[in-house]
Amino acid sequence: MAEKKSLMKELTKGFLDENPVLRLVLGTCPTLAVSTSVESAIGMGLAASIVLICSNVVISALRKVIPSKVRIPAYIVVIASFVTIVQMLVKAFAPSLDEQLGVYLPLIVVNCIILGRAEAFAGKNSVLASAVDGVGMGVGFTIALFLMGFIREFFGTGTITISLINGGQPLWNSVFGENPILIFILAPGGFFVFGMLIMLANKIAEKKGKEKAQLHSCKACPMFATCTAQEKEECDR
Amino acid sequence: MSTLKPLLAILLTAILTQNFVLAKFLGICPFLGVSKKTKTATGMSLAVIFVMVLSTAVTFPINNLLVKHNLEYLQTIVFILVIAALVQLVEIVLKKYMPPLYNSLGIYLPLITTNCAVLGVVLLNIDNGYGFAQSMINSLGAGIGFLVAMVMFSGVRERMESSDIPESLKGLPITLVAAALVSMSFLGFAGLVENIFA
Repeated sequence: MAEKKSLMKELTKGFLDENPVLRLVLGTCPTLAVSTSVESAIGMGLAASIVLICSNVVISALRKVIPSKVRIPAYIVVIASFVTIVQMLVKAFAPSLDEQLGVYLPLIVVNCIILGRAEAFAGKNSVLASAVDGVGMGVGFTIALFLMGFIREFFGTGTITISLINGGQPLWNSVFGENPILIFILAPGGFFVFGMLIMLANKIAEKKGKEKAQLHSCKACPMFATCTAQEKEECDR
Repeated sequence: MSTLKPLLAILLTAILTQNFVLAKFLGICPFLGVSKKTKTATGMSLAVIFVMVLSTAVTFPINNLLVKHNLEYLQTIVFILVIAALVQLVEIVLKKYMPPLYNSLGIYLPLITTNCAVLGVVLLNIDNGYGFAQSMINSLGAGIGFLVAMVMFSGVRERMESSDIPESLKGLPITLVAAALVSMSFLGFAGLVENIFA
């Protein structure tokens, strides 16, 4: 029973309390880059989640075989293999998504969330717990991307439709005419919406008595483990 | 002149109109994380330029080899490994033979392996079908663009430290709003390159 409870905790911590994007501030590049529409945001979220779950399982299964000195390169190879598989699947079955994600699809390899979870969790925990952690973090990443994509598409292209309200007409356009606020889907809008979402997440965390989201310049980086002592000291400053 | 023109266009596009950080969102982690002081921002950017150009020079022939043997699908795996090995190698060489350079750039090198800007520029060069010279120029431009964005942004952040920021925006949110404003200023370069070289 206790085990079940802790598994539940591993699963749900990624949704909000330890949301990889909004609380741990990892994987910011894809969050900003592919959130111009809900479709590409969810596509990216799913693709990264699949890679995250698979690599977590494999790395956790191999955790006693991989020597700790070469673990980072070994993790990278495992992750890159799964990214390649996902890349081929997307190319074959969802070519339009492949076009939208472009170079950001192979770049899942360097998504800090995946290597970060491998280093922080999968390398130390059982296969089942790692799989659950992967699902939780993947869902958290997808939620954050969806929020970004929804807000940016709602204002930026005005094409969000909710069939229950307004009979399936685009929400924004039916109120304000055909004049969306284009800047929301441009680069500045991405930064701005992300900033506002982090602010909201901070507010919620504050109410729960938790710390604000912070970008630890180095410690959040999964490559921190490979730094030498001198480098770590330099980095902390 | 006719051969230089397209190269110059690629360089300016990579630095200004399609800035890697502010328009393509590549390398956001160091952009937000290491930009507190101008000195560290410069050091990090110089290391990025160095690694970008070097890894482009190394991966270009490797890609030709992969294409020759119909192994393009291995690009992602091979490139990330080559970049990781290259960064380690550069670190070792610098440490042994150029200690002053190592002291100023070395500490940033491990962080660059998983910097998406480096793998990004290598993959974009291939996606765009660039030749060797074009690839090198594009990587150089991407690196310089990274430097420009980092240095500008670190200046903004240094001033922000002494300003009065609303409580709920303190920390990361105001940094992102500032980044939005800096990136908005770069929107002003849109169409610049096309008009110069029209």
